[in-house]
Amino acid sequence: MMPAQPNLDEILAGYGRERDNLIPLLQEVQDRFQYLAPEAVQRVAEHLELSENDVYGVATFYAQFRFVPPGLHHVKVCQGTACHVRGSGMIVDAISRTIGIEPGQTSADGKFSLERVACFGSCALAPVVVLDDKVFGRMTAAKTKKLIEDKE
Amino acid sequence: MSFATLQDQARLEWTEFERPDQARILVGSATCGRAAGSLEVLQAFAKELDKHDLTDSTKTFEVGCLGMCYAEVLVEIRSRDGLRVLYHGVEPRHVPQLVESQLVQGEPYLPRALAVMTADDKADLPAFTELPMIGPQVRIVLRNCGIIDPTNVRHYLARGGYQGIARAIGMGPDAVIEEMKQSGLRGRGGAGFPTGVKWGFARNARGDKKYVICNADEGDPGAFMDRSVLEGDPHAVLEGLLIAGYAIGASTGYVYCRAEYPLAIERLQLAIAQMRELGFVGENILGSGFDFEIKIKKGAGAFVCGEETSLMQSIEGKRGMPRSRPPFPANAGLFGKPTNINNVETLAAVSAILEKGAAWYGSFGTDKSRGTKTFALAGKINRTGLIEVPMGTRLRTIIEEIGGGVLGGKGFKAVQTGGPSGGCIPADFIDLPVDYERLAEVGSIMGSGGMIVIDEESCMVDMARYFLTFTENESCGKCVPCRMGTQHLLRILTDITEGRGSLDQIETLRRIGDTMKNASLCGLGQTAANPVLTTLQYYEEEYRAHIEDHKCPAGACRALIRFDIDPARCTGCMACARACPVEAISGEKKKPHLIDQERCIQCGSCRQACKFEAVLVS
Repeated sequence: MMPAQPNLDEILAGYGRERDNLIPLLQEVQDRFQYLAPEAVQRVAEHLELSENDVYGVATFYAQFRFVPPGLHHVKVCQGTACHVRGSGMIVDAISRTIGIEPGQTSADGKFSLERVACFGSCALAPVVVLDDKVFGRMTAAKTKKLIEDKE
Repeated sequence: MSFATLQDQARLEWTEFERPDQARILVGSATCGRAAGSLEVLQAFAKELDKHDLTDSTKTFEVGCLGMCYAEVLVEIRSRDGLRVLYHGVEPRHVPQLVESQLVQGEPYLPRALAVMTADDKADLPAFTELPMIGPQVRIVLRNCGIIDPTNVRHYLARGGYQGIARAIGMGPDAVIEEMKQSGLRGRGGAGFPTGVKWGFARNARGDKKYVICNADEGDPGAFMDRSVLEGDPHAVLEGLLIAGYAIGASTGYVYCRAEYPLAIERLQLAIAQMRELGFVGENILGSGFDFEIKIKKGAGAFVCGEETSLMQSIEGKRGMPRSRPPFPANAGLFGKPTNINNVETLAAVSAILEKGAAWYGSFGTDKSRGTKTFALAGKINRTGLIEVPMGTRLRTIIEEIGGGVLGGKGFKAVQTGGPSGGCIPADFIDLPVDYERLAEVGSIMGSGGMIVIDEESCMVDMARYFLTFTENESCGKCVPCRMGTQHLLRILTDITEGRGSLDQIETLRRIGDTMKNASLCGLGQTAANPVLTTLQYYEEEYRAHIEDHKCPAGACRALIRFDIDPARCTGCMACARACPVEAISGEKKKPHLIDQERCIQCGSCRQACKFEAVLVS
């Protein structure tokens, strides 16, 4: 069975019309729809009585918000300092080579997307890869490649 | 229910938790523990206990982080004879032996045993407090992490929790501020401003409504102190926020937490619900007439929001850009109202100070930097983890004793403190006492507490470029010195690491750096050049080697290095050939291999794979 399509009206109804609701509202919309579609942004703007321009201004300021759907499997590679000195650059390269996309892209078949993230705060287990919200520590290029291939 | 009754109940529950004749298993399950597989270990215990019919007699708890992240998954088992043993590196496959050995036979499972938890435990193992990693530490902020069940407010209460706010209410707001001044506590977010003085400003500001904010937007890459405290002891932070609110006369508190920390947010939400149930938020707290509400705001991934004025813009639903000061937040902050903002670690210290007194806290640390500081120890070091030491502890103690020295016996080159706002401190300064003043003297900063150990294989120009990649990306773009400065620094550093640098660029880096320091609007821009300026100060010869000789002495900058296989050392094991992602390595089994330089992408996979140090970098 397909999961029920989230309902934008229901989400909007949970928030007042004050401006400080904007970021939490965008976060919930993205949480439920996986990204911020133009229609969703328009509806959020109407609800808070802001211009769409204003909402995009805020949404694009923050790294968290996406405007295209992510892949079925979302891979995040930590770029924190500890991960950097322990070779996270090699890991990004290995994933790029394995699935043929650069950070910020989604593969043509919609199966994978790759994102570089500032720091997960699991520095003691560097380098860290997060696949579909599960954290993997002490990664190497080879282990990451296997992790990806297992999902293919 | 009165506070005293509540405390009695909590103590009873704690005594039960600590009863030596009750078997108990504690599994470290903060984010680090989970990344290392703690949830799988928990499942394995559930299955194994069931098999031995021990489920009813042995309770299992998820606890926070003891700070020994390198040794995760950490498990403490107490058998019915009272023996408490700490096990390290536990995987699900060890669980049957652990249960059989300690819970059934009453003997520690030695292959994975690290320590006994108290010196009275009769076993041939060191005591936890005497471990080299733990011995030099003083845990005030981390007092409960890994010891209590963070989801159980009664554990927090039984260990002195909420006595701080009770005492504060007995003293009155002015005396609380005076106590904070006496304690000498300085802001642990990085800038080191005296907390009591800051509270005084907000208390004296006029306004019908005031706010307090807990800054949990721990954005420095390489820092995770705040995450660990929030996950392992959320009430310690929330009580600090409550005390700050009481002292300045605020009725609403915000916790602004990074969205990248989902477990911390979950623990905060639960803790606030528990506070409401027990009457620590809501109206008339502890019968004092003081009303207080706490709200959580999730960050959305912008480093600049760690800066106080940006953070407030973000809470208001705007782009998180800083503004010039004055007016300071103490007078006109969130929604234009007087606002006090403190960092997570500061607030966790506040609750301890109010519980135990300023004199007690002031007895730790140095004259101008009192108390303790937590550090996230990571990078090329044997024992990575979260530590807390008195201010003034020497770098040598931290790196050699607590951290167990540099990974793989390599040479210690530098330690990076303060993240993208800090600097690299060379190995020569290993006897430096760590406090605000001393770190500033050598060109770095305390920062929030990230401490990354760098070995001889890390290139300092590449480190500077790494941090500038970060700050260039995170600069909000509002002021020119930061927006243009970070771009130009990054461009020049990229030129140098890719072999296109020229000597006059060294002077240009310094000039741009100085301008950014003096002219940027907020802390991000004012400090963004520090990684460049300190590496230039101590490692100018590395910059010159890149520019003049087109060489990276550390062997890290890809454009300037090549890998070769030493035929004398190569055993022909083929490990490197299998690791190579571009099939650039050829050679028969048991015969020396060869790297095709045309195909090689300088990724270093072969070097990592080789067990005989046969892959040379030049």
